Parts: sequence; structure tokens; C-alpha cells
Amino acid sequence: MRAACRDFHIFADMLDPWKRILRTATFAFIALGASRSFHLRAQEGGQIHGNFSMDGQYYTEDTLIGALQPPQQWGSNAWGNLNYSTGNFKAGVRFESYEPALLGYPAGVPYTGSGIGYRYASYTKDDLEVTVGNFYEQFGQGLAFRSYEERYLGVDNAMDGLRVKFRPDTGIYLKGFIGRQRLGFDGPNRGGFFNGSGIVRGIDGEVSLTEAWPRCFPKWIEKGHVVTLGGSFVSKYEGDDDPLYEFPENVGLYAARVNYTTAKWNIYTEYAHKINDPNTSNENIYKDGQALMLNATYSVKGLGVSAGAHSYDNMVFRSGRGAGPFDLNINFQPPLAKQHTYNLPATLYPYATQANGEVGYQGEVFYKFKKGTKLGGARGMKLAVNWSGAWSLDSTRIPNDTVRFDGYTANFFSLGARNYYQDLNLELRKKVSDHWELALTYLNFVYDIAQVQGKPGKPMIYADMFVLEGMHNFSDRNSVRFELQHLNTKQDQGNWATAVAEFTFSPHWFLAAMDQYNYGGSVTTEQIHYPIGSIGYIRGGSRFSMSYGRQRAGIFCVGGVCRVVPAANGLSLSITSTF
Amino acid sequence: MKLLRTSFALFLFLPLFAIAQSGKLPSVVVQTLDGKKVNTSTWSNGGKPMIINFWATWCAPCKRELNTIAEKYADWQKQTGVKLIAVSIDDARSMNRVAPYVNGQDWDYDVVLDPNGDLKRALNVNNVPHTFLVDGKGNIVWQHNNYEPGDENELFKKLKELL
Repeated sequence: MRAACRDFHIFADMLDPWKRILRTATFAFIALGASRSFHLRAQEGGQIHGNFSMDGQYYTEDTLIGALQPPQQWGSNAWGNLNYSTGNFKAGVRFESYEPALLGYPAGVPYTGSGIGYRYASYTKDDLEVTVGNFYEQFGQGLAFRSYEERYLGVDNAMDGLRVKFRPDTGIYLKGFIGRQRLGFDGPNRGGFFNGSGIVRGIDGEVSLTEAWPRCFPKWIEKGHVVTLGGSFVSKYEGDDDPLYEFPENVGLYAARVNYTTAKWNIYTEYAHKINDPNTSNENIYKDGQALMLNATYSVKGLGVSAGAHSYDNMVFRSGRGAGPFDLNINFQPPLAKQHTYNLPATLYPYATQANGEVGYQGEVFYKFKKGTKLGGARGMKLAVNWSGAWSLDSTRIPNDTVRFDGYTANFFSLGARNYYQDLNLELRKKVSDHWELALTYLNFVYDIAQVQGKPGKPMIYADMFVLEGMHNFSDRNSVRFELQHLNTKQDQGNWATAVAEFTFSPHWFLAAMDQYNYGGSVTTEQIHYPIGSIGYIRGGSRFSMSYGRQRAGIFCVGGVCRVVPAANGLSLSITSTF
Repeated sequence: MKLLRTSFALFLFLPLFAIAQSGKLPSVVVQTLDGKKVNTSTWSNGGKPMIINFWATWCAPCKRELNTIAEKYADWQKQTGVKLIAVSIDDARSMNRVAPYVNGQDWDYDVVLDPNGDLKRALNVNNVPHTFLVDGKGNIVWQHNNYEPGDENELFKKLKELL
């Protein structure tokens, strides 16, 4: 009798996750069924294509690592895109489903329920392209405007409105848009995504001098140089009903850029200036903002060198004054830190641009020691050296700032007292035989965790890391890859060691195991293992994988944006497919 | 029970794997490393096949794949006349690192930049690496997600089938 009751309870507990899985699956099924029948019918007229992605996790509680079990037990993020194109016409829709969303996802305003996340229609006529509905767009490298998606991070500031692109002549590109930005997702109440209340509009022009007016620049053309100039103006409107402050309702930003390219050199610079824009992020000051980025690269076969610098001052630009750091961003301030691929350096202490101001530098060299040279040996060897760092902006608070509310004065490109991070890393990679490849990496981090991760009072972190990676082919199809990583620090959680082994059986299967061990070293911490195993199957454009084990709390970054993912224990499932 | 639930969900998704690929290259503007804009619908290789590979400087398996193919590329070209276009989805943060990286690796591919994911979206790529094989008439005839050592042999096999 007791057993029966217990079973019944389990069944009742399971109903909810069941329903969720079913709903997700049904949605995928309908999307699919639709696409398949269209596929046949649309053979002559047009094409239907799209993709599907699902990440699900069954959570179990694990107090040792602080992993929680949410009341629903299961979480999943799923979406599917369907695109139709025929001739000059294109239209598409994305269904999304969060029943509920994975813990810690998305980074900003919550996503709940299922519904439509994105839809658009566009047509192209000669050199004119018109899009209505949702679109993603970027001006230059984004200091003025960037509407983009990082679906796996939960960042999506898609525009919803109208966009026109026009090419009046060879080498001249014009763009203009108006609309609102996606803010969050609420299936049950709004049937899908919803926008912020602010309106954003912008225009951008780009001219390739050598393409537009070839007769004026015969020397550049002869040498194969390309010079491109660009300029943008973007403004936002947000009504002001604040009882205390008098906020500007329209805020404008202009930007200019130059790109000079030769066979070996590429020099890019972009400058942006924003007029008064009091918002929560800058504590409602009326100071103007400005940003400048410079980048130069030189490369020939076997050698690549790059150097970059930027200074950002009060350049947060959002279509909602009170919006959080991940929401309603109109522009993008790229950081200069390298995005690491090994687990420990990538997810423990990653760097993201400090929103209100920083000065950053980076330098990098790639070099290939040729076959037959002393260091290159019989198969050559590759070297990569990279350094980057960011500092606070040298600024002074304005005393008795009660009239203009300008907040502070800053010296552009002058380093302040605070070093946010520095990252020096070296990598050597060499094929030692026909069946073995080895890579050795050293990394050194200086990291102001109090500032970058918002943990006030925590001391500066100094960390050294070594990674040894090896790859061995057993045959044409089967191989093993391993990583041994060690992080040494006297701060934060102390030392970490990680081991990864991955067996691959091309073209379909992989099997992987990883253990991360936080043993502290000279720091007293709980000594915790984080073992996890994965299996995956790939066929054509589809990938299916399953993992079971502990996942350490970590920071996952794509582009310049990082999201904190809480610790979890349990089974996770991932499916992606392109059709 | 957990397992049962999972396998049921799995079963439901299985038809996904049965979908055939077809279609032409979309019309999207990307940038070349020498600063020019190119419309992808104009891509062709004089009646010979093309490989379109999506990658990023921050993607380890992508770099493994392109470095592996790099060693065989001259041979592949000789045998099939193929052209590989490596589409970097690096955004403003890392797109400036693409040219030095590509040269530092000594690659002979045509490399283009897709910094805001326009081509990635148009071809419905979820994650990188993702490879498309395009026949001499511009039809996408095969695709593959992920990279495992040895996958390049499969790609080459499919490539030879086109001749």
C-alpha cells in the first residue's frame, strides 16, 4: 500500500515535466511536419529550410556544490526557425519554448512559456532590400548600433520594425531602420516575445572609395588597396514621466569609421560620440559619452601580428533608462580579451567590457615554424602569443555637482589606477608524428574579481595555468584527445585541476569524460570533484548529445557578453538540427 | 523512469534526422579579408564543387578541422578542383584576429567574415563547426555539423561522388 502511494506520488510529480516534454516535442513535430510537406510542395516555387535546437536538463539537488532542484525538476530551452524563400521574397518565423527555461537562462529579463520569438518578411528588388518585422543589424563594428542574438547565452535584442538597405551605386551602401527592441519572452500572457517601450532609429552610410570612384584612386587600385569610410547616426526616444528628474526624451549618437586594407595590412578605426544620456547604469549623469577603437594587423603567409587599443567612456546606450546590463542594448562595446577554449581559463575568470568606461590594449602574434627548420622539425610547429589588459579610465569626480550633473571628468585614453585584468598566454602546437599532436599552453591572469564579477571586497586574483593537450589517431576514423589543465592561485577558490578525455568515432559517435577538481592548494576550501560524462551522435546536420554529472558554476561568454550559469547536477540533453 | 522519459522524448525527435537537404546558396552580404563586400549568391567555382565551412577563432574543433583539411587541401584541389570558403562568425570582439590567425596557420582558403551572423542565420547554422558541400551547379547537396578527426575523409568521399 505504501509502495503504491509512493508510486502515485512519483507519478504526480512527473506529470508536469511530462507535459513540458510533450509540449516541446509537439511543437517540434508540428514545425517539422509543416516543413516536410512544404518541402515537397515548394519544390518549384521556393524553398523551406530552417533549424531546431533544444537543450534540456533534469536537475537533482546537490548541496555540496550548491545545485538546486527547481520545483519543475526539468528545464528546457528550445527553438525552431522556419524560413521560406522564393525569388526575391523571404519570410520566416521562430518558435521558442521555455518550459521552464534552464536555470540562469537568459541573462536578462526572463523568458517563460512558448510562442513566437521572431518573425519577418523581406524582399529585394535590384539594389533595394526592405525588411518588416524582426531583423538583426550592425553598423561598423557596433559602437553605434548592434542588434544581435547569442541564443545559447540568452542575449537577443532583435529589432522589431522596418529596415531598408539601398545600394545607389557600386561601392556605396546605405541603411536605415526604425523600431523597438526585443526585451523578454512571455508565452502565456503575450504569445511570445515582447519589446521595450523605447523607439530606436538609425541611418548608416558606407563608401568604398576604390570601388565607388576607381578613376580617382588609380594608384590604390593598382596596388590593390581598399579604403572604406563609414558614418552613422542612431537615436532613441523614451518618454519621460519621472517625477524627480528631467530626462532627455531623445538621445542621439553619431559614429564614424575608416578601414584601410592592403595585401598585408588592415587598419581599422571607429569613433562614436553620444550626447547626454542619464540612465541607471551611469547613475543619471548628463555627461556626454565617447568611444574610440583602433586596430592594426599585419600578416603574411606563416606570420600574423595584431595590435589593438580602445577607450570607452560612458558609452552604455540602451532604449530603456532603467534596463539591466543585458537588456535593450543598442550598441556594443567589444572587449579585447581573447576568448579561451580550455575549460578552466574560459569559465572561471573571463573578462567582459566594463560598461561605463575602460581603456584596453591587446597584442598578438601567430607564427608557423616551417618544416625542416630547427624548431619546426619534420612537420612544423605553430606558436601563438597573446596579451591583453584593461584599466579604469583616469577620471575625477566633479565636486558639488548639483547644477549640471556631469558626474566626472575623464582623460580619454589615460589609464586610471585600477587594473581590471591582464591576460598573457602562449601556445605551442606541434604534430610530433603521423598519429600524435601535442599542444602546450601557459596562461597568466591578473583579475579584479571585485570589479568584473561584482564581488566587492574580494582580493585581486593572480593565477597561473598550464594546459597539455594531446591527440592520437588510432585509425582514419577513431581517435582520442585528452587535456590536462592546472590552475594555480592563492586567491578565490584556490587551485583547480581538470582532466578531459574524448574518444571520437568518425563520422557519428563521441564519448567524453571530464573531472574538475577544486582542491584549494594553499587556500582552505571544500575539496570537490565535478565528474561528468557525455555521449553524442552526429548525422549530417543533426547533433544529439547527452551528459550526466556535476556542472560547476561558471561564466559562459560568447562575444563580449558573459552569463553566470549556476552549478547543476543531473542529466542534460541537447539536440540541434539544420534542414 | 528518468530514462524512460528521456527515451520517449528522444523517440519523438528522431524524425529530425531523416530530413533531406537541398537548396541554393542564399543572398547575403559578407566581407572578405581584403575589405570588400561580397554577395554570397554570386559565389561559384566555375562548375566545380565548393565547401562552405563555418568556424570561429574561439572554436577549438573548428580550428582542428580546418588545420587538418589544410594539409590535404592542395591534393583535394588537384583531384576535384574544389574551393573551400571558410566563413568566420567571429564578431566585433574577435574579427580583427581572423586575418592574422589565418595567415599564421598558413591556410590557403578563401576566408570571409560574417560578424553579425547574417549568413549563419540564412543557412540555419546552430553552432560551429558546420560544413556544407555545394555542387558545381550551386546546390547544397550535403552538410555536416561538428567535427571529429576522420570526418574530413567522409567529406572527401562525398566530394568525389560529385565528380
